[in-house]
Amino acid sequence: MLSQQKTAVLSPHLRRLEAEAISILRETVASFRNPVLLYSIGKDSSVVLHLALKAFAPGRLPFPLLHIATGWDFREMLEFRDRRAAEIGARLIVHTNPDGLARGINPITHGSQVHMSVMGTEALKQALDMHGFDAAIGGARRDEEKARAKERVFSHRAPGHVWEPRGQRPELWGLYNTRIGPGETMRVFPLSNWTEFDVWDYIAAERIPVVPLYFAAPRPILRRGGALIMRDDERMPLEPGEQPETMWVRFRTMGDWPLTGAHESRAQTIEQVLEELRLSRVSERHGRLIDNDQEASMERKKREGYF
Amino acid sequence: MDGTSMSRGLLRVLTCGSVDDGKSTLIGRLLYDSQLIMEDTLAAIARDSRKHGTLGEEVDLALLVDGLEAERQQGITIDVAYRFFTTPRRSFIVADCPGHEQYTRNMATGASNSELAIILVDARKGLLTQTRRHSYICSLLGIRHVVLAVNKIDLVHFDQQVFDRIVGEYATFAAGLGFHSMVPIPTSGRFGDNVTRRSGNTPWYRGPTLLEHLESVEVEEDLARIPFRFPVQWVNRPNQDFRGFSGTVASGAVALGESVVVAGSGVTSHVARILGPDGDQERATAGEAVTLCLADEVDVARGDVLAPVSDRPAVADQFAAHLLWMDEEPMLPGRQYLMRIGNAWTTASVTAIKHRVDVSTLDHQSATRLALNEIGLCNLATATRVAMDPYAQNRLTGAFILVDRFTNRTAGCGMIAFPLRRATNIHHEHFLVDKAARAAALGQKPMVLWFTGLSGSGKSTVAKLVEQALHQSGRHTYSLDGDNLRHGLNRDLGFTDQDRVENIRRVGEVAKLMVDAGLIVLCSFISPFRAERQMVREMLAEGEFIEIFVDTPIEVCMRRDVKGLYAKAMRGEIANFTGVSSPYEPPEAAELVLDGAGPSAEALAQQVLALVDRRQSAG
Repeated sequence: MLSQQKTAVLSPHLRRLEAEAISILRETVASFRNPVLLYSIGKDSSVVLHLALKAFAPGRLPFPLLHIATGWDFREMLEFRDRRAAEIGARLIVHTNPDGLARGINPITHGSQVHMSVMGTEALKQALDMHGFDAAIGGARRDEEKARAKERVFSHRAPGHVWEPRGQRPELWGLYNTRIGPGETMRVFPLSNWTEFDVWDYIAAERIPVVPLYFAAPRPILRRGGALIMRDDERMPLEPGEQPETMWVRFRTMGDWPLTGAHESRAQTIEQVLEELRLSRVSERHGRLIDNDQEASMERKKREGYF
Repeated sequence: MDGTSMSRGLLRVLTCGSVDDGKSTLIGRLLYDSQLIMEDTLAAIARDSRKHGTLGEEVDLALLVDGLEAERQQGITIDVAYRFFTTPRRSFIVADCPGHEQYTRNMATGASNSELAIILVDARKGLLTQTRRHSYICSLLGIRHVVLAVNKIDLVHFDQQVFDRIVGEYATFAAGLGFHSMVPIPTSGRFGDNVTRRSGNTPWYRGPTLLEHLESVEVEEDLARIPFRFPVQWVNRPNQDFRGFSGTVASGAVALGESVVVAGSGVTSHVARILGPDGDQERATAGEAVTLCLADEVDVARGDVLAPVSDRPAVADQFAAHLLWMDEEPMLPGRQYLMRIGNAWTTASVTAIKHRVDVSTLDHQSATRLALNEIGLCNLATATRVAMDPYAQNRLTGAFILVDRFTNRTAGCGMIAFPLRRATNIHHEHFLVDKAARAAALGQKPMVLWFTGLSGSGKSTVAKLVEQALHQSGRHTYSLDGDNLRHGLNRDLGFTDQDRVENIRRVGEVAKLMVDAGLIVLCSFISPFRAERQMVREMLAEGEFIEIFVDTPIEVCMRRDVKGLYAKAMRGEIANFTGVSSPYEPPEAAELVLDGAGPSAEALAQQVLALVDRRQSAG
């Protein structure tokens, strides 16, 4: 997997980011009893997975992958997930909130907030508790959103997975304080200092496999409230007279399909995606329907235990 | 991010200044004028400006960087935020640091990871205590390049005299701070003067704009040129055939075949393999995350440091360091903290505060403790010997953090000034007659019965009864209490928190010697702090320390008030009286809890004796 052909030598900037991320991953394994990689199947967690394979070579991945499935993941994401986990021989844990499932929580009738809270945040907490994971590695970046800009690399969570902005520990010189008390956990973000460009640059240079949805293709699209929604199955009811139209689109972020807006694009290769990003004038999260719900929604979600 | 953008690599910048100097606005301006703000973000900011902004209909650029809800509502920055931007000439990571005094620790965090600092001064206010404090912290943390942004220059009518006066004052103050470059720039974050474009309002200013300077400044990165240091982070041992030491090269370089020494043990070997992110490589230099395989089977663990045989780090258990305190709970000499240096964790305590630094004047003051945000030059002692370099020589192997053992908060950070050589000259003598031999001669297991509780709880009364009974049954005992120690060994100590810590430390050392002599030692001390009781517990061997909490409600103690002390304390005649004007932290896991308000002292003594009997006859 690591010996695949590369198109370019990494820039010193990417080399530095790569080394930092590898060091953070090793620190996690050296300091915690039972770490896990939160694998959301997006480009960021694909990069973290790639870095982890490098960090622990020639050994195997020393932690399992955890995917929180909401029942509304793009089918292509699930196929990609299973294929990738099999390729690298990783242990894959898939968890769906059984209570939410029983109550039939879904984004169409309950709205994005309730759906993400029950099937996302609650499900994540359940899975972490059930397996006793004391450190959860994620692909979040500081450049994504303002509440993230202040996030620590090792982000401390009090019992109940509570994130307290004032309780976060200063991080000096990369001398991370990884000590936790009973019931406490840590979230770990190896890509903290990466930007969206860095991620794509690195994916391009390292030829990292990502979900095909990131590349443009003709897809069945509904226009809903200004967003282009790809109708991935029959559960989204059509309005009277409405028909999905086939459009050339791609996705900039991954999420639940009814909540993730596509944009019109012809970018079919990584290079074309990079070129499109260079010219883009809207931010990455623009396509996420959940973030625009309410002001400071990310901070609120984080406090509740969202990744 | 095309190929040419990296011509000057990455610059890590710190911004600091006081509340309302306009830091967030200046950074917002930098991002905005560099056209790095996405349209949807700008639309959101415009909407928020009407809600939280302070500028009416004008877009409040500070909202681009003030992220947390609490900050937006209060209009201040309360945490370090990291911003990323790239111009055609350079990429930047900007650590936006808070101005409030209570968040100085966050500023130190930003400084520890930065190469250049932008120090903001409000042109109307000139230099403030915070300006001096932040400059000193930048200097202490090894930042060698600063920009003095005299901001809000529009509000002083772009007056050159104001600018010159502030720059002159600052130059005088900063002369002793060791900056290699100090570039003053008159700026207006709100209107953009001299941020990314030269201002027509300051024709008298001929220097670069802020962005021009940031794009062109040379910050010497000399980590690769100093001696090789490799703190081992993780031992990679996937199978019998592979044993590698993973970590990031802190400084210098190493090549295949070169000799290295394990700094702590002095064992040498040479590098047989270097595995980088893309497989085998011949060399590894500062900043690279690699895995090294050595030619010999040597004992290496996480926390060890590999170094050149000819140029080793110091290995010591005592050293002098500048300590910056970051916790609400003050640093008390003698109290033990967890310490992380490189990848090694150990315990450490401050043995002496040589002086505290007044950061406004840089004067030295005497001090008995360090409170939040205070800085002092201290001597420290560690439980184990650790590899270190002076911070001035190596920022990565000369830095450490201290962690509170109970809350796990990062309580302080330190920069090593120099190792204390005397540490290496004191060797512990090994007598032929040891503790076991002495204990056997006395026919008992030595131990410490540690009675803790409020004044008047009945500690000493119970201890006396216990000692009498033990003595009658042929045990060899000794009692330590305030009466026989406060008047002699500890007569130089008062009742402040730091003196209480030292009092207990000495008691612990004396008790330890007596245990070594084979005795059963009864100690009756209020000993109000968990940390110090834990310290004594750890001085002794497993099972030798028996903590007995005489749990008597303060109302009962006050009613008894045998010595009339509570009455005096309530009248305010005794300062720092435990339970009245000084805290008591009850034990969380004492070996025995006695209900001091219930049964008679004789009944309580029987409970202690039963426990002692069990311990004496066990194993």
